[in-house]
Amino acid sequence: MRTYAIALFAIIAACNINAQDCKSILIGEVIDFHDNTPLQFATILITGSTKSATTDSSGKFRIENLCDGVMELEIYHDECKTKLMTVLIDGDTFLKISLEHHLEELHEVKIIGSTIKNNTNSALEQSLNLNTIEQYSSQSLGDALKEIAGVSSLNTGANIVKPTIHGLNGSRVLVLNDGVRMQDMEWGEEHAPNIDINGSGTIAVIKGAAALQYGGDAIGGVIVMEQPKTREKDTLFGKTVVNGVSNGRGGNISSEITKSLENGVFIKAQGSYKKLGDRETPNYVLSNTGSNEKAAQINFGKLLFNWGVNVKYSFFKSDLAILRASHIGNVDDLIRSINNQEPETINPFTYNIESPRQEVTHHIGSFNFYKRFQGVGKWNIQYDFQNNRRFEYDIRVGDDADKASIDLDLTTHTVTTDFKWDSKYEYKLHLGAMGRYQDNFANPATGVRRLIPDYSKFDFGVFFIGEYRFSDNLIADGGIRYDYNRIDAKKFYRTSRWEEREYDTEFQDLVIDDLGTQLLVNPVLSYHNISGTLGMEYQVDNSSKLRFNYALGQRAPNPSELFSDGLHHSASRIELGDLRIANETSHKFSLSKEVNYDMWGFTIEPYANFLTDFILLEPTGVEYTIRGAFPVWSYRQTSARLLGIDLSLYSNLWDNWKTNHKFSLVKGKDLDFDNALINMPAANFRNRLSFIKPKWNNFEISVESNYVFRQNEYPADIIVFSPEQQQDVLLKINTSPPAYHLLSAYTKVQFPIGIKNQLQVGLTVSNLLNAEYRDYLNRQRYFADDLGRNITLQLNFKY
Amino acid sequence: MMRKKMSTNSIKTTILLALFAGFSFTSCSDDDENPEVVNEEEVITTMNVTLSATGTETITLTSQDLDGDGPNAPEVNVSGNLSASTVYSGSIELLNETETPAEDITVEVEEEGDEHQFIFVTSGSVASTAYSDEDANGNPIGIEFTLTTGEAGTGTIQITLRHEPKKPNDGTLADAGGETDIVQIFTVTVE
Repeated sequence: MRTYAIALFAIIAACNINAQDCKSILIGEVIDFHDNTPLQFATILITGSTKSATTDSSGKFRIENLCDGVMELEIYHDECKTKLMTVLIDGDTFLKISLEHHLEELHEVKIIGSTIKNNTNSALEQSLNLNTIEQYSSQSLGDALKEIAGVSSLNTGANIVKPTIHGLNGSRVLVLNDGVRMQDMEWGEEHAPNIDINGSGTIAVIKGAAALQYGGDAIGGVIVMEQPKTREKDTLFGKTVVNGVSNGRGGNISSEITKSLENGVFIKAQGSYKKLGDRETPNYVLSNTGSNEKAAQINFGKLLFNWGVNVKYSFFKSDLAILRASHIGNVDDLIRSINNQEPETINPFTYNIESPRQEVTHHIGSFNFYKRFQGVGKWNIQYDFQNNRRFEYDIRVGDDADKASIDLDLTTHTVTTDFKWDSKYEYKLHLGAMGRYQDNFANPATGVRRLIPDYSKFDFGVFFIGEYRFSDNLIADGGIRYDYNRIDAKKFYRTSRWEEREYDTEFQDLVIDDLGTQLLVNPVLSYHNISGTLGMEYQVDNSSKLRFNYALGQRAPNPSELFSDGLHHSASRIELGDLRIANETSHKFSLSKEVNYDMWGFTIEPYANFLTDFILLEPTGVEYTIRGAFPVWSYRQTSARLLGIDLSLYSNLWDNWKTNHKFSLVKGKDLDFDNALINMPAANFRNRLSFIKPKWNNFEISVESNYVFRQNEYPADIIVFSPEQQQDVLLKINTSPPAYHLLSAYTKVQFPIGIKNQLQVGLTVSNLLNAEYRDYLNRQRYFADDLGRNITLQLNFKY
Repeated sequence: MMRKKMSTNSIKTTILLALFAGFSFTSCSDDDENPEVVNEEEVITTMNVTLSATGTETITLTSQDLDGDGPNAPEVNVSGNLSASTVYSGSIELLNETETPAEDITVEVEEEGDEHQFIFVTSGSVASTAYSDEDANGNPIGIEFTLTTGEAGTGTIQITLRHEPKKPNDGTLADAGGETDIVQIFTVTVE
């Protein structure tokens, strides 16, 4: 509207001025907003006339024979956002125009770690674009991330998918959801990230602890999920994605709408709903594996180049059924399940979600403000609030049948601030600090002894990162971070456990109350962590690039590693943490060579991760109770080494045909015991052949083969005494399942609807041949096969 | 000059904010209230099996695990020797002794008889067992049973309480399925 008025005014003015003497000259200079450097090849156009000029190498331009009066200029530059401005010409006029340099904008996005391929950070980083995210709309974050070489997942069935980067997961993988570090009890093996994949525009993965601005404890890596940037443009747009899913006989719908104005004000709303019934293997129904998810977010603010305010609230709720057959009584039941190779319970298909199940709600509220200082840099401050409420329901009897066995309420407040000096071409500096307070409340109303105790936790961190450009080809970066963590817990120990762990000789002074069979203990534990990174990127020639990065990461133990104690009903195992566990340290060296030619290209990424005091959880034996014997899983620390390589290759050898190949391998070794590490992903090989014909309504069809090798390196199985069989038996709790091969196919086509709207129809068939298989990294592999064929029909409507 | 001023200002702001954040957080973390203790209710700590027959001493078989899922193994006790070739009538009592007075869990098992069953496995000089009670559907529960001894020697009796077994079943653990609530093996001498 405003543009229109100005244009109208300009035309009227032009009409009036025609008669006048037009001899004025406009001399100007176009500069980069950030560093005040002149911008060459910017075009300055006077709207409503044919007069224009282009800036020279010093950013200067000159337009002659202008009439006096107000006129509107349009300034174009290849790498900048087009700018409109009005000027008053009064005789010879000089004008200084500062442009928001688009490259600079890209650069900023890159530092945050997003859409744009990383050009200066020396760490290994890859991202998923919106198309891929939409393709996985009916699945989870962990499923989508497996598209990236080196990323796998630790599953509990098909619903709970924990992303694993270079063999590490849980607290070692940090999830950044639109600038907010997720605090959602990521410590548990059966706790998936509480995120709706439909709420993000791009997802980047940084493999390693090199992204110090987010935390120095991301020994596995960082997953950065971001919203697409809204533009300072008067527009209204949205999309709706609907999926029908055959395996689970359900589907999901996700819808979003964005309204933005030219003055930078925007509002965006998004919501998703998903419902699936029992999933199926090729031969039987996986009883009690349905899921129900709801997610919503609202986001508004004013985002200008100079400053911006962004307010966001998001909500996520999931109700996940856990395979009925995976709820077992004792070690004899486990022996039976492993030997039978078929689940104990197979019922007809249902949408009902019964115990065992999880019900998790996650709220995030965030407020972000930034201000850019011309020629200096950008200051950013953010407050975020998170609340995570987790209920776990077990099969219980009597009056407690509908009562949760685990009821945890985790509340986190975080303030972060940072300043980035990014105006210089040669170097950039980034300094920031973080303060966090977290409170966990374990509800005693469950009537079950708490697995995770009540605690309050305080974290403080400061970081400093620098980047220096030695030449156009060589950039080095480095940084250092310090974190302090203090955890103050109040936990009840069974007196027998306290003594068995020999805590009575070391920690007796922590006891604040003796209740006979139980002790109330108040451990206050502090940890100091130093992390750092050093790396370089070298542009060898136009088509190849070399990167090297060293990252030192240090992580304090999480509540589960410290305090776990007792029977974890949903896992039917006794899990034992240890108060003596200290922080773990990782030294990771990674190298990457990337080559891109017209017809083909490849990336090789070898890495070595040396860990001291690596914390791991593994089966260590059995304990006898009146309910029988239970496998004991204990946390311990060891020195470990992870060696791995990710390879990817693509080719465009023929018109419309494309191939993609990916291979990942990681070998984990426990150096103290000269043994294999538990839960290391098996080598896998993915090959895809695609046919893409943009002329046929963007038609695309592809076939993908995914071969997962058998994990040949796993810790030894344990020998347990079976009360039922009255003898020692070998419990094959670590033995890996055989290799498997899955074929999948995908096709899509787009139809324009009207001028601005578009409908995309996609069809995905996974496990095309309905293969029977079990995956080593699925905790339900003891009980049942993995998913059979699944057909997903997707309608994606953009408006 | 301008730049320097800006950057020092922002550092100051940063530090101030961090301090403020730290202060406000620590000040609200003072929580002196102790959490409430949880005494588990559904726990079965004790199984008492009474075996009696006319003209013989009543024998009790006991398994007691007071720390539940804790590290201590159950304490198993057999009060005496069984007589050869005798039919004993047996009854089972389940207790939660972490509560005072002890809670009788047998009542709950009886009420939900259709969802529970004791499975008996015998060997050696313990010849056989038979059910002498029924749930609402006419299927056995096993709270009341009979035990028949054979010739003198040693034998074992394993008692397993299954939750949600297949009912009716052929009396074996494999056929019954379900989950184990209790399992205990007693070694006895028959004389």
